Amino acid sequence: MADHNPFPGENNTGHVWDDNLRELKNLPPRWWMIGLWASILWVVGYTVLYPSWPVGQEPTQGILGWTQMKEYKRGLEQVAAKRAEFEDKIQGMTADEIIADPGLTQYTLASAKVLFGDNCSACHGSGGQGNPGYPVLADDDWLYGGTTTKIAQTISGGRQGAMTAHQNILKPEEVDTLAHWVVQMNETAGKGGSEAGWALFKTKGCTACHGQTANGVLAELPNGDVVTVGAANLTDGIWRFEPGGFESAKHTILYGVNQHGVPETRNAVMPAFADAGKLTDEEIKKLVVYVHELGGGQ
Amino acid sequence: MRNQDASPPSVVDALYREADDWHVNAGGETIHAKRLSGPWRRFKWLMASVWLIYFLGPYLRWNGQQAVLFDIPNRQYHLFSTTVLPQDFWMLSLLLLFFAILLAVVTALVGRAWCGFFCFQTVWTDVFTWIEERLEGSPVARRTLDKAPMTLGKLRIKAIKHGLWILIGFLTGFSFVAWFTDAFVLWRTFFVGEANGAAYATVALFTAGTYVLAGFLREQTCFWLCPYARIQGVMLDRTTIVPAYDEQRGEPRGRVRRAEEAKAIGDCVDCNQCVAVCPTGIDIRQGQQEGCITCALCIDACNHVMDKVGRPRGLIRYTSLDELEGHSTKPLLLRARVWVYSGILALALGGILYGLTSLAPIELKVLHERAPLFVLQSDGSIQNAYTLKVLNKTPEPIAVTISVSGHDQMTLVGADTPVMADPGNVTPARLFVKIPRRDLAEVQQPIVFHAETRLPSGQTIETERESVFIGPNR
Repeated sequence: MADHNPFPGENNTGHVWDDNLRELKNLPPRWWMIGLWASILWVVGYTVLYPSWPVGQEPTQGILGWTQMKEYKRGLEQVAAKRAEFEDKIQGMTADEIIADPGLTQYTLASAKVLFGDNCSACHGSGGQGNPGYPVLADDDWLYGGTTTKIAQTISGGRQGAMTAHQNILKPEEVDTLAHWVVQMNETAGKGGSEAGWALFKTKGCTACHGQTANGVLAELPNGDVVTVGAANLTDGIWRFEPGGFESAKHTILYGVNQHGVPETRNAVMPAFADAGKLTDEEIKKLVVYVHELGGGQ
Repeated sequence: MRNQDASPPSVVDALYREADDWHVNAGGETIHAKRLSGPWRRFKWLMASVWLIYFLGPYLRWNGQQAVLFDIPNRQYHLFSTTVLPQDFWMLSLLLLFFAILLAVVTALVGRAWCGFFCFQTVWTDVFTWIEERLEGSPVARRTLDKAPMTLGKLRIKAIKHGLWILIGFLTGFSFVAWFTDAFVLWRTFFVGEANGAAYATVALFTAGTYVLAGFLREQTCFWLCPYARIQGVMLDRTTIVPAYDEQRGEPRGRVRRAEEAKAIGDCVDCNQCVAVCPTGIDIRQGQQEGCITCALCIDACNHVMDKVGRPRGLIRYTSLDELEGHSTKPLLLRARVWVYSGILALALGGILYGLTSLAPIELKVLHERAPLFVLQSDGSIQNAYTLKVLNKTPEPIAVTISVSGHDQMTLVGADTPVMADPGNVTPARLFVKIPRRDLAEVQQPIVFHAETRLPSGQTIETERESVFIGPNR
């Protein structure tokens, strides 16, 4: 820095470097100063109106009383108000009554899609397409009945399939005959089962669960409902356990379903969703409508 | 002044006295352009009056509602008896294409006609300076008043002027908002604080914008802010006709002195009247330049002077560079540009007309369920699920019957009752299609959904949408 000012009368600060590099006392441009003061005013105005200074536990509140959380909650209230007109209506209705009204059905489907995704899709797939071992919900093949009442029972109370392991009951050739018969039944929709197969089916206790005609129905009630214990319908082309076919059928006959102490047994357990408040009755009702409308409701 | 020794025609004396006051715009001071009457001046007012539609259009009624209403909250655009929904917005791109090409073709043929006669910046500035002239007087008086110290009289004049400017700015903003909401309701609600917050913000923005842009920035907007001014500048070519100074005839310019001396020089008498009347403050005699908005006011001014000094009109006139330089000029219809541009214009216009005339009252969308793509039913058939979306553009609820075709053995499930479609809305419906597995020859079987409805008028409307039926791999 130079000791004397080589540029007197120039309105500089007297700070000069490298002979001629010097700091001038020019005022900032007016527009810049206006911007500066406007910004300061803005800050003052903002801190008066909105939450800002972190004083103590809570920041200053601002005289408008606005917070992001309040705005968020207002938004939620608006959504709830929009839904309320539908929710109020379906509150007192049964699942069948909802299904009879196309507008309410659409609302319920949209609403239950989330519930289905959270609670059902892990096993039954995002669109009810099923997974190996877990039944398809989009078809009309129901183990426990496809009416709204039956679906509601299934969701609320859960289901546990049962089939005896026949490895120590039947002879190996009998198992083979039955497994062949199951495949024939599957391929011909119940019309082409061998005589030998039918004989074994009827005499070895299979009818107790699969029904006299092997369609999984034990009795038909006058109101159209069916009585089942969850045994598979053997007269359609749908396999209960993947991948289907002779080996798969043989496996099921040998080791059964949910048999304690049989490591190879098939698993078929659905938890009860009314237990421990997992789902409320209203939520179950919405899910019943959703599952019923997936493609095969009765 | 300088011509005391000469005996010039007395008519131009007055012009020479003020000639030195006029100089080319460098942005340092406000342009106070002189106003002269003339055919181009009248033409300019006539063209500017197109903007009256902007102010009056919102009050037009059609069948009991606003004729043109861009209802953004409800996503409906009413154009007389037609309602355009967002689904039809492809027409907007054609409309924009049409106007973009129109701008190009007009500029290529007759220069920046948009800038000179139609642009809101030009028109609003014109109106603002007209008010200024009414209140403050001629350009000379205005310059004097600007320099004079503030008195009560000056304050009164300035207050009235700025008040009127702000009023026009307000009406500009208000009229803009009136296209987006019911204009009469807006008048009732606006002044009692019941209008939409966006309406107040828009009006405030437009008021301020109009006031600043037309009151103060004026031609500086064209010079430094407006991109179109530059874009249009490059659309000109040698055949474009623009207001131009005939250099061959005018130069060497010189002030009118003795009659015999005048013969030795060009026709331009160097009176600077062309600069005086120019709203952007340029000198047209320097040739085409970005500052020229081709408003043709200098043509009026120059013809005026030529009449006075007894020389032929048209020293400044609408002409092309080719013509000025003595090249041959092609007739309009032999120029490729004219045909190419007209072709695009016709295409865009045709598309819009087709769109407006074929706006279907119902529209059908079909979404094929993807999880699962198909399921096997217990009766041995393959079932696919579809979500149909029925858009009803009519103002009445309608019952839409759905059917499907494309395969002999197909069964449609869930379409026994028609879909009740809400007006102006999309109504979804979930349907199923079944085909016996043994009859399914293709993994992907194309099928077509049909929607049919009878409007309250008795007219039957049909629409269809292709989809696909998916089965297992064979």
